[in-house]
Amino acid sequence: MMTSHTMQRPWVARIAVVVLLLALWEVAARWWVDPMFVSPPSRVVASLPTLFDTRGLPAALRVTFWELAVAFALSVAIGLAIGLAVGLQPFARKSFMPIILLLYGTPQVTILPLFVLYFGIGPASKIAFGVSHGFFPIVMTVVAGVQNIKPILLTSARSMGARRGQILRYVIFPHMIPSFFAGMRLAMTGVLLGVLLAELHVIHAELRSYPALGAHLGARRHGHHAKRDCSARRAAF
Amino acid sequence: MTPSRDQREARLASRAVQVAFLIALLVLWYLATTRWRVSPLLLPNPVVVLRDFWNILTTGEFIGDLRVTLTELVIAFTIAAGSGLFVGYLVSRSQYCIQVFEPLFAGIYSVPIILFLPLYVLLFGLGPASKIALGATISFFPIALNTIAGFGYVERTLVIAARSMGASDLQLFRFVLLPAALPVILTGMRMGFTVALLSIIGSETIASLAGLGHRIVYLAEGMETAAMFAYIAFVVAIAAILNTLVSALEARGRRRR
Repeated sequence: MMTSHTMQRPWVARIAVVVLLLALWEVAARWWVDPMFVSPPSRVVASLPTLFDTRGLPAALRVTFWELAVAFALSVAIGLAIGLAVGLQPFARKSFMPIILLLYGTPQVTILPLFVLYFGIGPASKIAFGVSHGFFPIVMTVVAGVQNIKPILLTSARSMGARRGQILRYVIFPHMIPSFFAGMRLAMTGVLLGVLLAELHVIHAELRSYPALGAHLGARRHGHHAKRDCSARRAAF
Repeated sequence: MTPSRDQREARLASRAVQVAFLIALLVLWYLATTRWRVSPLLLPNPVVVLRDFWNILTTGEFIGDLRVTLTELVIAFTIAAGSGLFVGYLVSRSQYCIQVFEPLFAGIYSVPIILFLPLYVLLFGLGPASKIALGATISFFPIALNTIAGFGYVERTLVIAARSMGASDLQLFRFVLLPAALPVILTGMRMGFTVALLSIIGSETIASLAGLGHRIVYLAEGMETAAMFAYIAFVVAIAAILNTLVSALEARGRRRR
Protein backbone atom coordinates (compact mmCIF):
# COMPACT_ATOMS: atom_id res chain seq x y z
CA MET A 1 0.00 0.00 0.00
CA MET A 2 1.43 3.31 -1.05
CA THR A 3 1.44 6.13 1.42
CA SER A 4 0.30 9.58 0.44
CA HIS A 5 3.85 10.71 1.12
CA THR A 6 5.29 8.83 -1.85
CA MET A 7 2.24 9.68 -3.93
CA GLN A 8 3.10 13.34 -3.62
CA ARG A 9 6.73 12.81 -4.58
CA PRO A 10 7.04 10.86 -7.83
CA TRP A 11 10.80 11.29 -7.80
CA VAL A 12 11.05 8.99 -4.76
CA ALA A 13 9.42 6.22 -6.74
CA ARG A 14 11.55 7.12 -9.76
CA ILE A 15 14.73 6.63 -7.77
CA ALA A 16 13.26 3.43 -6.35
CA VAL A 17 12.76 2.13 -9.90
CA VAL A 18 16.37 2.97 -10.78
CA VAL A 19 17.64 1.29 -7.61
CA LEU A 20 15.48 -1.75 -8.35
CA LEU A 21 16.94 -2.01 -11.86
CA LEU A 22 20.47 -1.71 -10.50
CA ALA A 23 19.72 -4.41 -7.92
CA LEU A 24 18.36 -6.67 -10.64
CA TRP A 25 21.48 -6.07 -12.70
CA GLU A 26 23.63 -6.85 -9.67
CA VAL A 27 21.78 -10.09 -8.96
CA ALA A 28 21.80 -11.13 -12.62
CA ALA A 29 25.49 -10.39 -13.01
CA ARG A 30 26.45 -12.24 -9.83
CA TRP A 31 24.46 -15.41 -10.23
CA TRP A 32 22.95 -15.85 -13.68
CA VAL A 33 25.18 -14.45 -16.40
CA ASP A 34 28.73 -15.26 -17.37
CA PRO A 35 30.88 -12.63 -15.57
CA MET A 36 32.93 -12.43 -18.76
CA PHE A 37 30.09 -10.48 -20.40
CA VAL A 38 28.36 -8.55 -17.64
CA SER A 39 29.88 -7.35 -14.41
CA PRO A 40 27.75 -6.25 -11.46
CA PRO A 41 27.33 -2.47 -10.93
CA SER A 42 29.06 -2.64 -7.54
CA ARG A 43 32.25 -3.75 -9.25
CA VAL A 44 31.80 -1.17 -11.98
CA VAL A 45 31.64 1.55 -9.33
CA ALA A 46 34.60 0.05 -7.49
CA SER A 47 36.71 0.14 -10.64
CA LEU A 48 35.88 3.79 -11.38
CA PRO A 49 38.86 5.22 -9.43
CA THR A 50 41.28 2.87 -11.18
CA LEU A 51 39.92 4.17 -14.47
CA PHE A 52 41.83 7.39 -14.12
CA ASP A 53 45.04 5.54 -13.40
CA THR A 54 44.74 3.87 -16.78
CA ARG A 55 47.54 4.90 -19.03
CA GLY A 56 46.33 7.21 -21.77
CA LEU A 57 42.86 7.95 -20.41
CA PRO A 58 43.50 11.55 -19.35
CA ALA A 59 45.01 12.15 -22.77
CA ALA A 60 42.00 10.47 -24.39
CA LEU A 61 39.59 12.65 -22.41
CA ARG A 62 41.53 15.75 -23.38
CA VAL A 63 41.49 14.81 -27.08
CA THR A 64 37.75 14.12 -27.06
CA PHE A 65 36.88 17.31 -25.19
CA TRP A 66 39.04 19.32 -27.52
CA GLU A 67 37.36 17.73 -30.55
CA LEU A 68 33.95 18.42 -29.01
CA ALA A 69 34.79 22.06 -28.28
CA VAL A 70 36.17 22.76 -31.76
CA ALA A 71 33.32 20.93 -33.47
CA PHE A 72 30.74 22.80 -31.40
CA ALA A 73 32.32 26.20 -32.03
CA LEU A 74 32.52 25.51 -35.76
CA SER A 75 28.90 24.26 -35.83
CA VAL A 76 27.66 27.43 -34.16
CA ALA A 77 29.71 29.72 -36.40
CA ILE A 78 28.86 27.98 -39.68
CA GLY A 79 25.25 27.33 -38.67
CA LEU A 80 24.71 30.94 -37.65
CA ALA A 81 26.24 32.29 -40.86
CA ILE A 82 24.27 29.96 -43.13
CA GLY A 83 21.11 30.35 -41.07
CA LEU A 84 21.23 34.14 -41.29
CA ALA A 85 22.18 34.11 -44.97
CA VAL A 86 19.31 31.78 -45.84
CA GLY A 87 16.76 32.96 -43.30
CA LEU A 88 16.85 36.71 -43.72
CA GLN A 89 15.58 36.81 -47.28
CA PRO A 90 12.29 35.09 -48.09
CA PHE A 91 13.53 34.25 -51.57
CA ALA A 92 16.73 32.61 -50.33
CA ARG A 93 14.71 30.76 -47.72
CA LYS A 94 12.27 29.38 -50.25
CA SER A 95 15.08 28.41 -52.60
CA PHE A 96 17.58 26.85 -50.25
CA MET A 97 15.57 25.55 -47.29
CA PRO A 98 14.30 22.51 -49.24
CA ILE A 99 17.90 21.61 -50.10
CA ILE A 100 19.02 22.01 -46.48
CA LEU A 101 16.04 19.97 -45.27
CA LEU A 102 16.89 17.26 -47.78
CA LEU A 103 20.50 17.14 -46.57
CA TYR A 104 19.33 17.13 -42.94
CA GLY A 105 17.08 14.20 -43.69
CA THR A 106 19.73 11.99 -45.25
CA PRO A 107 21.42 9.53 -42.90
CA GLN A 108 24.88 10.95 -42.28
CA VAL A 109 26.33 7.71 -40.95
CA THR A 110 26.38 6.39 -44.49
CA ILE A 111 28.96 9.00 -45.49
CA LEU A 112 31.12 8.48 -42.39
CA PRO A 113 33.73 6.56 -44.46
CA LEU A 114 33.97 9.62 -46.74
CA PHE A 115 34.88 11.83 -43.78
CA VAL A 116 37.67 9.46 -42.84
CA LEU A 117 38.81 9.41 -46.46
CA TYR A 118 38.95 13.22 -46.72
CA PHE A 119 40.06 14.23 -43.24
CA GLY A 120 42.22 11.28 -42.24
CA ILE A 121 42.04 9.26 -39.07
CA GLY A 122 43.13 12.08 -36.77
CA PRO A 123 40.95 14.58 -34.90
CA ALA A 124 40.01 16.39 -38.14
CA SER A 125 37.61 13.71 -39.35
CA LYS A 126 35.92 13.52 -35.95
CA ILE A 127 35.54 17.30 -35.81
CA ALA A 128 34.18 17.38 -39.35
CA PHE A 129 31.70 14.60 -38.63
CA GLY A 130 30.67 16.32 -35.40
CA VAL A 131 30.10 19.57 -37.31
CA SER A 132 28.00 17.72 -39.89
CA HIS A 133 25.72 16.63 -37.03
CA GLY A 134 25.82 19.89 -35.12
CA PHE A 135 25.29 22.60 -37.66
CA PHE A 136 21.93 21.53 -39.08
CA PRO A 137 19.98 22.09 -35.84
CA ILE A 138 21.54 25.57 -35.58
CA VAL A 139 20.59 26.44 -39.15
CA MET A 140 17.03 25.20 -38.62
CA THR A 141 16.49 27.09 -35.38
CA VAL A 142 18.14 30.29 -36.62
CA VAL A 143 15.96 30.26 -39.72
CA ALA A 144 12.88 29.55 -37.61
CA GLY A 145 13.83 32.32 -35.17
CA VAL A 146 14.44 34.88 -37.90
CA GLN A 147 11.23 33.91 -39.64
CA ASN A 148 9.12 34.69 -36.59
CA ILE A 149 10.13 38.35 -36.40
CA LYS A 150 7.15 40.57 -37.03
CA PRO A 151 7.71 42.46 -40.29
CA ILE A 152 6.34 45.62 -38.66
CA LEU A 153 9.35 45.69 -36.30
CA LEU A 154 11.77 45.55 -39.21
CA THR A 155 9.81 48.20 -41.09
CA SER A 156 9.66 50.56 -38.14
CA ALA A 157 13.36 50.10 -37.39
CA ARG A 158 14.19 50.87 -40.99
CA SER A 159 11.84 53.87 -41.12
CA MET A 160 13.57 55.26 -38.03
CA GLY A 161 16.79 55.09 -40.00
CA ALA A 162 18.48 51.98 -38.57
CA ARG A 163 21.37 50.67 -40.57
CA ARG A 164 21.70 47.01 -41.51
CA GLY A 165 24.09 46.29 -38.65
CA GLN A 166 21.82 48.04 -36.19
CA ILE A 167 18.81 46.05 -37.37
CA LEU A 168 20.82 42.86 -36.86
CA ARG A 169 22.01 43.94 -33.44
CA TYR A 170 18.83 45.41 -31.99
CA VAL A 171 15.96 43.66 -33.75
CA ILE A 172 17.00 40.34 -35.23
CA PHE A 173 19.40 38.99 -32.58
CA PRO A 174 17.16 39.66 -29.58
CA HIS A 175 14.32 37.88 -31.35
CA MET A 176 16.46 34.95 -32.34
CA ILE A 177 17.90 34.24 -28.88
CA PRO A 178 15.38 31.71 -27.46
CA SER A 179 15.29 29.46 -30.50
CA PHE A 180 19.04 29.91 -31.00
CA PHE A 181 19.74 28.54 -27.53
CA ALA A 182 17.39 25.61 -28.16
CA GLY A 183 19.37 24.99 -31.33
CA MET A 184 22.67 25.11 -29.45
CA ARG A 185 21.41 22.45 -27.05
CA LEU A 186 20.38 20.22 -29.95
CA ALA A 187 23.71 20.94 -31.64
CA MET A 188 25.62 19.87 -28.54
CA THR A 189 23.82 16.52 -28.54
CA GLY A 190 24.52 16.16 -32.25
CA VAL A 191 28.18 17.06 -31.93
CA LEU A 192 28.64 14.59 -29.07
CA LEU A 193 27.01 11.87 -31.14
CA GLY A 194 28.99 12.70 -34.27
CA VAL A 195 32.39 12.92 -32.61
CA LEU A 196 31.99 9.73 -30.59
CA LEU A 197 30.53 7.85 -33.58
CA ALA A 198 33.49 8.84 -35.71
CA GLU A 199 35.89 7.76 -32.99
CA LEU A 200 34.12 4.40 -32.72
CA HIS A 201 34.21 3.98 -36.48
CA VAL A 202 37.88 4.78 -36.82
CA ILE A 203 38.84 2.37 -34.07
CA HIS A 204 37.12 -0.37 -35.98
CA ALA A 205 39.19 0.52 -39.00
CA GLU A 206 41.89 -1.46 -37.18
CA LEU A 207 43.60 1.52 -35.61
CA ARG A 208 43.30 0.89 -31.96
CA SER A 209 46.21 2.89 -30.66
CA TYR A 210 44.72 6.27 -31.34
CA PRO A 211 44.15 8.01 -28.01
CA ALA A 212 40.57 9.13 -27.74
CA LEU A 213 37.62 8.27 -25.57
CA GLY A 214 35.63 6.46 -28.26
CA ALA A 215 38.78 4.56 -29.13
CA HIS A 216 39.06 3.52 -25.51
CA LEU A 217 35.57 2.07 -25.57
CA GLY A 218 36.46 0.10 -28.67
CA ALA A 219 39.85 -1.04 -27.42
CA ARG A 220 38.37 -2.14 -24.11
CA ARG A 221 35.92 -4.31 -25.90
CA HIS A 222 38.66 -6.02 -27.79
CA GLY A 223 40.39 -6.75 -24.51
CA HIS A 224 37.16 -8.15 -23.04
CA HIS A 225 37.29 -5.80 -20.08
CA ALA A 226 33.53 -5.62 -19.72
CA LYS A 227 33.90 -4.08 -16.29
CA ARG A 228 36.19 -1.25 -17.29
CA ASP A 229 34.16 -0.78 -20.44
CA CYS A 230 31.08 0.06 -18.41
CA SER A 231 32.90 2.57 -16.26
CA ALA A 232 34.58 4.21 -19.26
CA ARG A 233 31.11 4.64 -20.64
CA ARG A 234 29.90 6.23 -17.42
CA ALA A 235 32.81 8.62 -17.64
CA ALA A 236 31.77 9.45 -21.18
CA PHE A 237 28.49 10.91 -19.90
CA MET B 1 -7.01 30.59 -52.24
CA THR B 2 -5.38 30.48 -55.63
CA PRO B 3 -1.83 31.81 -55.77
CA SER B 4 -1.48 35.14 -57.46
CA ARG B 5 0.73 35.65 -60.47
CA ASP B 6 3.52 37.15 -58.35
CA GLN B 7 3.52 34.18 -56.01
CA ARG B 8 3.65 31.75 -58.89
CA GLU B 9 6.55 33.61 -60.44
CA ALA B 10 8.39 33.66 -57.12
CA ARG B 11 7.91 29.95 -56.70
CA LEU B 12 9.14 29.33 -60.22
CA ALA B 13 12.22 31.43 -59.52
CA SER B 14 12.91 29.44 -56.34
CA ARG B 15 12.68 26.20 -58.25
CA ALA B 16 15.02 27.59 -60.89
CA VAL B 17 17.57 28.53 -58.21
CA GLN B 18 17.33 25.06 -56.68
CA VAL B 19 17.85 23.31 -59.99
CA ALA B 20 20.67 25.69 -60.92
CA PHE B 21 22.35 25.03 -57.57
CA LEU B 22 22.27 21.28 -58.08
CA ILE B 23 23.50 21.57 -61.68
CA ALA B 24 26.31 23.89 -60.57
CA LEU B 25 27.35 21.33 -57.95
CA LEU B 26 27.41 18.56 -60.55
CA VAL B 27 29.39 20.70 -63.01
CA LEU B 28 31.89 21.62 -60.28
CA TRP B 29 32.20 17.97 -59.37
CA TYR B 30 32.76 17.02 -63.01
CA LEU B 31 35.31 19.79 -63.55
CA ALA B 32 37.14 18.89 -60.35
CA THR B 33 37.66 15.35 -61.50
CA THR B 34 38.48 16.07 -65.15
CA ARG B 35 40.21 19.45 -65.21
CA TRP B 36 41.61 20.12 -61.78
CA ARG B 37 43.12 16.68 -61.28
CA VAL B 38 41.50 15.80 -57.98
CA SER B 39 42.54 12.22 -57.28
CA PRO B 40 39.83 9.73 -58.28
CA LEU B 41 40.54 8.01 -54.98
CA LEU B 42 39.12 11.04 -53.17
CA LEU B 43 36.49 12.17 -55.64
CA PRO B 44 35.52 9.79 -58.44
CA ASN B 45 34.19 11.05 -61.75
CA PRO B 46 30.40 11.49 -61.60
CA VAL B 47 30.03 9.59 -64.87
CA VAL B 48 31.84 6.61 -63.40
CA VAL B 49 29.70 6.82 -60.27
CA LEU B 50 26.56 6.86 -62.40
CA ARG B 51 27.78 3.82 -64.33
CA ASP B 52 28.55 1.98 -61.10
CA PHE B 53 25.14 2.93 -59.74
CA TRP B 54 23.51 1.52 -62.85
CA ASN B 55 25.64 -1.63 -62.53
CA ILE B 56 24.52 -2.10 -58.95
CA LEU B 57 20.88 -1.77 -59.95
CA THR B 58 21.03 -4.02 -63.01
CA THR B 59 23.23 -6.81 -61.65
CA GLY B 60 21.20 -7.00 -58.47
CA GLU B 61 24.32 -7.43 -56.33
CA PHE B 62 22.69 -5.22 -53.71
CA ILE B 63 19.92 -7.72 -52.97
CA GLY B 64 21.86 -9.75 -50.40
CA ASP B 65 22.92 -6.74 -48.36
CA LEU B 66 19.56 -5.04 -48.74
CA ARG B 67 17.80 -8.15 -47.48
CA VAL B 68 20.06 -8.32 -44.41
CA THR B 69 19.50 -4.67 -43.54
CA LEU B 70 15.74 -4.75 -44.14
CA THR B 71 15.31 -7.96 -42.13
CA GLU B 72 17.16 -6.39 -39.24
CA LEU B 73 15.05 -3.26 -39.57
CA VAL B 74 11.72 -5.10 -39.67
CA ILE B 75 12.51 -7.31 -36.67
CA ALA B 76 13.95 -4.42 -34.64
CA PHE B 77 10.99 -2.17 -35.40
CA THR B 78 8.46 -4.90 -34.62
CA ILE B 79 10.06 -5.54 -31.23
CA ALA B 80 10.30 -1.81 -30.48
CA ALA B 81 6.75 -1.05 -31.58
CA GLY B 82 5.29 -3.98 -29.68
CA SER B 83 7.10 -3.32 -26.44
CA GLY B 84 6.90 0.46 -26.78
CA LEU B 85 3.14 0.46 -27.28
CA PHE B 86 2.64 -2.08 -24.49
CA VAL B 87 4.83 -0.34 -21.92
CA GLY B 88 3.61 3.10 -22.98
CA TYR B 89 -0.04 2.10 -22.59
CA LEU B 90 0.55 0.51 -19.18
CA VAL B 91 2.40 3.56 -17.92
CA SER B 92 -0.20 5.98 -19.28
CA ARG B 93 -2.98 4.30 -17.24
CA SER B 94 -2.15 6.22 -14.10
CA GLN B 95 -1.05 9.80 -13.66
CA TYR B 96 1.34 8.62 -10.97
CA CYS B 97 3.09 6.12 -13.25
CA ILE B 98 3.47 8.83 -15.89
CA GLN B 99 5.19 11.08 -13.38
CA VAL B 100 7.48 8.26 -12.31
CA PHE B 101 8.44 6.80 -15.69
CA GLU B 102 8.19 9.58 -18.26
CA PRO B 103 11.22 11.58 -17.05
CA LEU B 104 13.13 8.31 -16.74
CA PHE B 105 12.46 7.35 -20.37
CA ALA B 106 13.09 10.90 -21.57
CA GLY B 107 16.42 10.91 -19.74
CA ILE B 108 17.55 7.65 -21.30
CA TYR B 109 16.29 8.81 -24.71
CA SER B 110 18.59 11.83 -24.60
CA VAL B 111 21.65 9.57 -24.19
CA PRO B 112 23.15 8.55 -27.55
CA ILE B 113 22.54 4.82 -27.15
CA ILE B 114 24.53 3.94 -30.28
CA LEU B 115 27.67 4.45 -28.18
CA PHE B 116 26.75 1.24 -26.37
CA LEU B 117 27.31 -0.64 -29.62
CA PRO B 118 30.54 -2.33 -28.42
CA LEU B 119 28.60 -3.74 -25.47
CA TYR B 120 25.86 -4.98 -27.80
CA VAL B 121 28.44 -6.60 -30.05
CA LEU B 122 29.94 -8.25 -26.98
CA LEU B 123 26.56 -9.61 -25.88
CA PHE B 124 24.97 -10.43 -29.24
CA GLY B 125 27.88 -11.00 -31.57
CA LEU B 126 28.91 -9.32 -34.81
CA GLY B 127 25.95 -10.66 -36.79
CA PRO B 128 22.45 -9.24 -37.27
CA ALA B 129 21.43 -9.92 -33.64
CA SER B 130 23.43 -7.00 -32.25
CA LYS B 131 21.95 -4.61 -34.85
CA ILE B 132 18.43 -5.81 -34.12
CA ALA B 133 18.94 -5.40 -30.37
CA LEU B 134 20.47 -1.94 -30.75
CA GLY B 135 17.84 -0.74 -33.25
CA ALA B 136 15.04 -2.07 -31.02
CA THR B 137 16.47 -0.34 -27.95
CA ILE B 138 16.91 2.97 -29.70
CA SER B 139 13.49 3.06 -31.34
CA PHE B 140 11.70 1.82 -28.21
CA PHE B 141 12.01 5.19 -26.47
CA PRO B 142 10.32 7.56 -28.95
CA ILE B 143 7.50 5.04 -29.40
CA ALA B 144 6.99 4.52 -25.65
CA LEU B 145 7.26 8.26 -24.91
CA ASN B 146 4.74 9.21 -27.60
CA THR B 147 2.37 6.44 -26.53
CA ILE B 148 2.50 7.81 -22.99
CA ALA B 149 1.93 11.33 -24.30
CA GLY B 150 -0.92 10.15 -26.53
CA PHE B 151 -2.87 8.10 -24.02
CA GLY B 152 -1.86 10.00 -20.91
CA TYR B 153 -3.03 13.45 -21.86
CA VAL B 154 -6.47 12.76 -23.28
CA GLU B 155 -8.79 15.53 -22.17
CA ARG B 156 -10.46 14.59 -18.91
CA THR B 157 -13.86 15.97 -19.89
CA LEU B 158 -14.02 13.59 -22.86
CA VAL B 159 -13.30 10.57 -20.65
CA ILE B 160 -15.76 11.71 -17.98
CA ALA B 161 -18.44 12.41 -20.59
CA ALA B 162 -18.03 8.96 -22.15
CA ARG B 163 -18.10 7.33 -18.72
CA SER B 164 -21.18 9.20 -17.62
CA MET B 165 -22.92 8.08 -20.81
CA GLY B 166 -22.16 4.53 -19.70
CA ALA B 167 -19.26 3.54 -21.95
CA SER B 168 -17.57 0.26 -21.09
CA ASP B 169 -13.77 0.02 -20.84
CA LEU B 170 -13.58 -1.35 -24.35
CA GLN B 171 -15.85 1.35 -25.76
CA LEU B 172 -13.92 4.03 -23.92
CA PHE B 173 -10.71 2.73 -25.50
CA ARG B 174 -12.16 2.30 -28.98
CA PHE B 175 -14.09 5.56 -29.29
CA VAL B 176 -12.32 8.02 -27.00
CA LEU B 177 -8.76 7.09 -26.08
CA LEU B 178 -7.61 5.61 -29.37
CA PRO B 179 -8.84 8.39 -31.68
CA ALA B 180 -7.38 11.01 -29.37
CA ALA B 181 -4.03 9.29 -29.01
CA LEU B 182 -3.50 7.93 -32.51
CA PRO B 183 -1.88 10.97 -34.17
CA VAL B 184 0.74 11.29 -31.43
CA ILE B 185 1.40 7.55 -31.40
CA LEU B 186 1.81 7.45 -35.17
CA THR B 187 4.32 10.29 -34.98
CA GLY B 188 6.21 8.30 -32.36
CA MET B 189 6.19 5.21 -34.58
CA ARG B 190 7.54 7.25 -37.50
CA MET B 191 10.31 8.69 -35.33
CA GLY B 192 11.06 5.22 -34.03
CA PHE B 193 11.27 3.84 -37.54
CA THR B 194 13.65 6.57 -38.68
CA VAL B 195 16.02 6.18 -35.74
CA ALA B 196 15.92 2.39 -36.07
CA LEU B 197 16.96 2.68 -39.73
CA LEU B 198 19.71 5.18 -38.90
CA SER B 199 21.10 3.20 -36.00
CA ILE B 200 21.07 -0.08 -37.92
CA ILE B 201 22.94 1.39 -40.89
CA GLY B 202 25.26 3.20 -38.48
CA SER B 203 26.08 0.10 -36.48
CA GLU B 204 26.65 -1.79 -39.72
CA THR B 205 29.28 0.74 -40.75
CA ILE B 206 31.00 0.38 -37.37
CA ALA B 207 31.06 -3.38 -36.84
CA SER B 208 29.28 -6.02 -38.89
CA LEU B 209 29.52 -8.96 -41.24
CA ALA B 210 26.91 -8.00 -43.83
CA GLY B 211 24.40 -5.31 -44.75
CA LEU B 212 24.36 -2.06 -46.69
CA GLY B 213 26.43 -0.12 -44.14
CA HIS B 214 28.98 -2.93 -44.13
CA ARG B 215 29.20 -2.82 -47.93
CA ILE B 216 29.98 0.91 -47.93
CA VAL B 217 32.83 0.48 -45.43
CA TYR B 218 34.09 -2.57 -47.31
CA LEU B 219 34.31 -0.56 -50.53
CA ALA B 220 35.90 2.40 -48.72
CA GLU B 221 38.60 0.19 -47.28
CA GLY B 222 39.17 -1.34 -50.72
CA MET B 223 39.61 2.22 -52.09
CA GLU B 224 36.83 1.59 -54.62
CA THR B 225 35.55 5.10 -54.18
CA ALA B 226 33.30 5.21 -57.24
CA ALA B 227 31.43 2.09 -56.17
CA MET B 228 31.26 3.48 -52.63
CA PHE B 229 29.68 6.71 -53.87
CA ALA B 230 27.20 4.66 -55.86
CA TYR B 231 26.31 2.62 -52.78
CA ILE B 232 25.97 5.73 -50.64
CA ALA B 233 23.55 7.15 -53.21
CA PHE B 234 21.72 3.82 -53.18
CA VAL B 235 21.41 3.78 -49.37
CA VAL B 236 20.26 7.39 -49.28
CA ALA B 237 17.66 6.59 -51.92
CA ILE B 238 16.46 3.54 -49.96
CA ALA B 239 16.28 5.61 -46.77
CA ALA B 240 14.36 8.36 -48.57
CA ILE B 241 11.91 5.85 -50.05
CA LEU B 242 11.32 4.16 -46.69
CA ASN B 243 10.87 7.49 -44.91
CA THR B 244 8.40 8.77 -47.50
CA LEU B 245 6.51 5.50 -47.29
CA VAL B 246 6.26 5.68 -43.52
CA SER B 247 5.26 9.36 -43.59
CA ALA B 248 2.54 8.51 -46.12
CA LEU B 249 1.30 5.69 -43.88
CA GLU B 250 1.30 8.09 -40.94
CA ALA B 251 -0.73 10.68 -42.85
CA ARG B 252 -3.16 7.95 -43.94
CA GLY B 253 -3.55 6.69 -40.39
CA ARG B 254 -4.30 10.20 -39.19
CA ARG B 255 -7.02 10.72 -41.76
CA ARG B 256 -8.76 7.41 -41.13
CA ARG B 257 -9.39 7.67 -37.44
